[in-house]
Amino acid sequence: MRSAVVVFPGSNRERDAIRALTSITGEAPAVVWHQDSTLPDVDLIVLPGGFSYGDYLRCGAIAARSPAMQDVARKAAAGVRVLGVCNGFQILTEAGLLPGVLMRNAHLRFICKEVKLKVANPDTDFTRAYGTEQIIRCPVAHHDGNFFADAETLARIEGEGRVAFRYAEGTNPNGSINDIAGVLNDRGNVLGMMPHPENLIEALHGGLDGRGVFESVVKSLAA
Amino acid sequence: MLRNDIAITPDLVASHGLKPDEYQRILDLIGREPTITELGIFSAMWNEHCSYKSSKKWLKTLPTTGDKVVIGPGENAGVIDIGDGQVAVFKMESHNHPSYIEPYQGAATGVGGILRDVFTMGARPIAAMNALRFGAPDHPKTRHLVAGVVAGVGGYGNSFGVPTVGGEVNFHPRYNGNCLVNAFALGLADRDKIFLSEAKGVGLPVVYLGAKTGRDGVGGATMASAEFDDQIEEKRPTVQVGDPFTEKRLLEACLELMASGAVIAIQDMGAAGLTCSAVEMGAKGDLGIELDLDKVPVREERMTAYEMMLSESQERMLMVLEPALEGVAKAIFAKWELDFAVVGVTTDDLRFRIKHQGEVVADLPIKDLGDQAPEYDRPWIPPARPVLIAPESVEAPDDLAAALLTVLGSPDAASRRWVWEQYDTLVQGNSATVPGGDAGVVRVDGTTKGIAMSSDVTPRYCEADPFEGGKQAIAEVWRNITAVGATPIAVTDNLNFGNPEKPEIMGQFVHAIKGLGEACRALDFPVVSGNVSLYNETNGKAILPTPTIVGVGLLSDIGQMATIAFKAAGDEILLVGGHGTHLGQSLYLREVLGREEGAPPPVDLAVERRNGDFVRALITARRVSACHDLSDGGLGIALAEMAMAGSLGAKVSLDGITPHVALFAEDQARYLVTVPAGQAEAVAADAQSAGVPVVRLGTVGGDALNLGAAGAISVETLRDTHEGWFPRFMGGEAA
Repeated sequence: MRSAVVVFPGSNRERDAIRALTSITGEAPAVVWHQDSTLPDVDLIVLPGGFSYGDYLRCGAIAARSPAMQDVARKAAAGVRVLGVCNGFQILTEAGLLPGVLMRNAHLRFICKEVKLKVANPDTDFTRAYGTEQIIRCPVAHHDGNFFADAETLARIEGEGRVAFRYAEGTNPNGSINDIAGVLNDRGNVLGMMPHPENLIEALHGGLDGRGVFESVVKSLAA
Repeated sequence: MLRNDIAITPDLVASHGLKPDEYQRILDLIGREPTITELGIFSAMWNEHCSYKSSKKWLKTLPTTGDKVVIGPGENAGVIDIGDGQVAVFKMESHNHPSYIEPYQGAATGVGGILRDVFTMGARPIAAMNALRFGAPDHPKTRHLVAGVVAGVGGYGNSFGVPTVGGEVNFHPRYNGNCLVNAFALGLADRDKIFLSEAKGVGLPVVYLGAKTGRDGVGGATMASAEFDDQIEEKRPTVQVGDPFTEKRLLEACLELMASGAVIAIQDMGAAGLTCSAVEMGAKGDLGIELDLDKVPVREERMTAYEMMLSESQERMLMVLEPALEGVAKAIFAKWELDFAVVGVTTDDLRFRIKHQGEVVADLPIKDLGDQAPEYDRPWIPPARPVLIAPESVEAPDDLAAALLTVLGSPDAASRRWVWEQYDTLVQGNSATVPGGDAGVVRVDGTTKGIAMSSDVTPRYCEADPFEGGKQAIAEVWRNITAVGATPIAVTDNLNFGNPEKPEIMGQFVHAIKGLGEACRALDFPVVSGNVSLYNETNGKAILPTPTIVGVGLLSDIGQMATIAFKAAGDEILLVGGHGTHLGQSLYLREVLGREEGAPPPVDLAVERRNGDFVRALITARRVSACHDLSDGGLGIALAEMAMAGSLGAKVSLDGITPHVALFAEDQARYLVTVPAGQAEAVAADAQSAGVPVVRLGTVGGDALNLGAAGAISVETLRDTHEGWFPRFMGGEAA
């Protein structure tokens, strides 16, 4: 499986994403600079965590308008799988590739801790390595991860099974509506999630639960 | 003769923090009245913060060399060898005064400054820590400071992308008017690619890199070298404003630039900004520097030469460039959208010459500004010897379990989760620990080695006896690194004290340094970098003497790392070092009996070393399932922490000893280890042959910490008590 990681000024989990992709796909991803207007042909594009452009405006708002993101939008429309983690999720919502917004955490503080996620839909390109309703461990690290969408949008997302992950009961760290931790686009090839699966992929991290997200993509490509 | 529009009056000299004799020294040096810009430059270079004029004499007594020391004090950070051609680069630095005035920005720029110190040397930061000390919880300013400082530390480090792997938080009324923010960073570099500030070569371009210069922070270093009073709010404009996004770009751009071969010398602009960095580069390289301020990128109009030279705007660097590679260097900075401007040239005349709008506004001897700043041998008096408190004189509590909970939930012992969950502890994907254990450990990327680090000092011990307190700080750091199984290598020190012009404060300083030095020598634990912060006083009241120490050690195989959590029911608990009896300055004495008094626990460095080496060997041989050092709060707190971390109880026996003394004594050189059932015998026998006292204390298991006749406390109750205080305090419910 070929993959690419888009790096924006202010990205800071690109190395984590690169390590996870290299470890799980067996091949180092292409690293794409935000000003490149054409991405290589790959099976998976990852938008990593961080604080693109400092996130001094709305998180992800400036990155969403970068040349690389224009091509990400084109490739997403063509069916290429796109995974946005944390800041990557924020960028995808700002780019209009995913519904909803990520507001400041309800308690107004940055939060870095391990939470539990429930696999809300195991039948997606990013979750098929997990079981139905499986509870997995996963860390979060963000200041603006409070997912919100208007009632109509929310009903649609829920109705179409586009919630990939929810914070398990009692572990919602940010006030997200319906405990939503990860959301898909209508076609199911773009996932945004606030938790960091790339930070729970080896013994050093104390668990392997995050590998499933990447393994699912590998699996779905083989299917 | 330089033009001088502003009369240099005694008041003006005094407002620059220069004493009359220091001003006379300036007059003697340059043979004329300085210009206002020159006065500002002298004030910036000769203040305590930049010149170490009160501390230098004593700092020189600390051991700074060792097998693994590559670069000791005097550079931006210390450098130690970690094998395989790599080095660890680290330092701790204070940002106390700015953080008290403007907690968020003060703390944020403290983190930014220390990160810059590390990557200026060519090292990518891979870990950060911080030691924070605040006033009494019930002081009206404390919560505001805690909230702001923690948010500022997190706001900068999280965005920059460095994991915060540990730290300290203490509360004490003596910090009511002067909190402490000590920030530490550690980076990795190749041993043969370390960059220094010493300029080399005449006629080479001096290049300004990074963010633009504004009026923020003008006079910051001078402010940091003065005591506070009630008008402190007026100093707010001297606090800089941080921009972690620019710092992150500056890091990436500098590392690319260094890899290109374009950098001859490089220095970050920290305290006293352009002045300090330029003087440092020139003076170290025995070269003059000429700057043209019209070329300096500015973000405000009509800045004077004085303001530009003293601005402490953040995220800036100065370097001497290899001229053949100017094009390459420019392209890198254009890519990262950072300023790049040739602002000067190196000269052979040893002058520091500043031009502004076609006129020379300063022309000073560069060596005298830098290496030849004043140095004082300040008078000092030895601190009074504290009274030893006999254990028999310390009354037992009515209810031992309740007393343990009181200590466990007290402000200095309660969980700091509220703090560290606001720090990104995981970014970069190499963190082997989260805070709350003995030392923070990060993997050296691409290897199975781990770097362990710990920040420690017990200020109440230092107040009671600066010498023993200094020893204890080094010993505790060494112990914490040992407790994860790492081999301690070197330390950085951040010495926070009051006004050195007072002989009793200077006496604390001198004794603390003597203690630090003795411990460093005994434990082969040299000091490779550091920072001194004096004048930590408000309205004449000094802080507790606080020599914060961060130690760094190496784990050759991160798989051997020990953690504090109880692992399995049936594991046997051994107390290495034996039971203690010292209750002077203990948390029990203060929190339960309301007495903050007596001598701190003495540190026997030979015992410390013997017991530590024994424990480290056990860990390395994978013979222990958990390990935790004993420190604040003693045995009781250590047991509780191991139980909470493992969600497992324990049954321990205190038969035949005085329970409250055993549980709360803070004797040094002690560890708790657990070993799988059936192996305690062999470990105890090995301890005996090593001359290490060991007590077989009990067994892991159940859901409560069972102290025998003294009662039992459920792990859940322990956790509720330990975790409860901080959120309640910050929520305004407790003080």
